[in-house]
Amino acid sequence: MIRAAVLCAILFTFASGADAVEPSEVLVDPILESRARALSTHIRCLVCQNQSIDDSNADLARDLRILVRERLVSGDSDQGVLDYLSSRYGDFVLLKPPIKPKTWALWFGPIGIFLMAFTGAAFYFHRHRHATQQGSDQLAEDEARQISKLLGEDDEQQP
Amino acid sequence: MLAGRVLFLVPLTAFLILAVYLWAGLQSDPRVIPSALIDQPVPEFELPPLVPGKLGFGNKDLHGQVFIINIFASWCLPCRVEHPFLMQLAAQSTVPVYGINWKDRPADALAWLTELGDPYARIGKDPNNKVGIDFGVYGVPETYIIDAEGRIRFKQVGPIFPEILAETILPLIRDLQG
Repeated sequence: MIRAAVLCAILFTFASGADAVEPSEVLVDPILESRARALSTHIRCLVCQNQSIDDSNADLARDLRILVRERLVSGDSDQGVLDYLSSRYGDFVLLKPPIKPKTWALWFGPIGIFLMAFTGAAFYFHRHRHATQQGSDQLAEDEARQISKLLGEDDEQQP
Repeated sequence: MLAGRVLFLVPLTAFLILAVYLWAGLQSDPRVIPSALIDQPVPEFELPPLVPGKLGFGNKDLHGQVFIINIFASWCLPCRVEHPFLMQLAAQSTVPVYGINWKDRPADALAWLTELGDPYARIGKDPNNKVGIDFGVYGVPETYIIDAEGRIRFKQVGPIFPEILAETILPLIRDLQG
């Protein structure tokens, strides 16, 4: 049982995602091919939207993989390929969206919301503690007055 | 005290704005990707003819009047669904409908046109998706409206139904013909 579990764990550790790249697509030049592979993981397959074209078996993903390789072979830079694709399919084709005014909400929204929550919480706790302190002071004064009154009464009764 | 009460409304308002924003986001169809080419000139291309005796076309042919470009394939079921409406459009409309036969076998495409009818004034074939990628095509059918200056003004992803024709496509063509 334990042995089977260990075996499973080992197998899952070394199992990598099934690559969709077909042997016929692979470039002869290993450097260009590795660039193409790296680039493909950043490009979204527009048919099966949460996969990169490197993972996807969709027909369009295959066309895009071939296009990426053709562009690299013809001397295009990595950024050049990404620019071309986003000029055709919009920023949506990039799995990592660029930082620009339109995507500020996407990139900085979470930090903004956190800062707002943090400020709000800090403000709340600060005021809360301040209020309880003031309250206890007042209570202490009241209590002191009461005590002195009681003591005074006691003084009158006791002699 | 009043300031405290107003301050308490700030996160509430922020939450409501975010909720409305996200709710609106849920209503949009994630499969429809807005075209990056709206108001851009048609990409440079030249497609060979599909049907013998009928011309293919390229970006140089898309000038001087409004054009409709429809991307289709014989293996595509939604194309079959929109086909009768395309026939209607071609019969009624004053603008030419050009077709791009996308990732298809010419023989299959020809058989398809013979069976259902041919609404296209010209058809170019793009079996390897070379021009399709330039247009940002990611599925069929897609329909583009090109203005007289050769700019893409509208893109419809998926079949054109009579409502879309009547409410969006025909009014836009009328506007563009002005």
